[in-house]
Amino acid sequence: MYEEEYQQIKDTLQRLQVDSNSKIVFLVDKNGQQIAAHGDMKGVDATSLASLTADNVAATDGLAKLIGEKEFSILFHEGERDNIHISLVAQRVILVVIFDEKSSLGLVRLRVKKASVELEKTFEELLRKSEAERGNMANRFDSPFAEITDEDIDSLFSE
Amino acid sequence: MTFINYAAREINCKIVYYGPGLCGKTTNLQWIYDKTNPQAKGKLISLATETDRTLFFDFLPLDLGTVRGFKTRFHLYTVPGQVFYDASRKLILKGVDGVIFVADSQEPRMEANIESLQNLDKNLKEQGYDLKSVPYALQMNKRDLPTALAADEMYRQLNFKGEPTFEAVAMNGTGVFDTLKAVAKLVLTELKKK
Repeated sequence: MYEEEYQQIKDTLQRLQVDSNSKIVFLVDKNGQQIAAHGDMKGVDATSLASLTADNVAATDGLAKLIGEKEFSILFHEGERDNIHISLVAQRVILVVIFDEKSSLGLVRLRVKKASVELEKTFEELLRKSEAERGNMANRFDSPFAEITDEDIDSLFSE
Repeated sequence: MTFINYAAREINCKIVYYGPGLCGKTTNLQWIYDKTNPQAKGKLISLATETDRTLFFDFLPLDLGTVRGFKTRFHLYTVPGQVFYDASRKLILKGVDGVIFVADSQEPRMEANIESLQNLDKNLKEQGYDLKSVPYALQMNKRDLPTALAADEMYRQLNFKGEPTFEAVAMNGTGVFDTLKAVAKLVLTELKKK
């Protein structure tokens, strides 16, 4: 992830959170790794939220395939207080918006659409950059794990 | 797929417990959850039926500490073991970094073990992995039961590439952390090659 694009992503999420009047906006990849988040994450188990979102999308994806759809690009869960709006961006990442009665589904959908276009652009740029650099990266990039030792790993389990 | 976040200096790995129904996958996770200090673990999420059979998966995020300045976090998943939940099992194997196969030592369950192992092989292939090369360990669970098959006989039938193999009684924790540690080690060793 490049600094410039990472900042762009964070800016987009922040704008989306304000514009849609929502509580939390976050972005995860399809494997359930959180990429970025904005909003009041206090008291929220971010790891589980990210993983379950990805699992949810994967399960829905399975359903789509079963009935011959390519994908369901939007999932919406309605609760008594809070609601979750989940959408796929560029078929690669998952955008999640959590909102309550201060906002509405219509507003969230509208703002998500706008933000998705921005995010798509950013991710295209990211992809382009990383592909361009892949060739020379392989030569000069030293993984910090190249010299990982058995002791390093044992110490993880020493407690 | 191991996810290395250089900005946040974090490594996230996904480990999946596989095996036939009622072999003790959830019990393994429950033991790890009970014995890990609260700062190191997240919530144990169990998507189970009313009779406590796993419906979709159990999920436990575990922070193990740092390696070379990187925070290592393992996401532990179990699959539903019952044969008819195959679609769910395939989903859970997506992006897997390491697999632990939990075998039920009871003699009458040997057929189920073999069927489940073949199912694992098939489902991994569909996701583009090869059981022969993926970080993998075998756990022979329920060693305490009187109907348990001899360990060397089980080894002969289930171990196929000399993978690390452990005798376990997940109910009292025997062998639980040894198995996890073995796979974690294989996963992290795999990072060296990347």
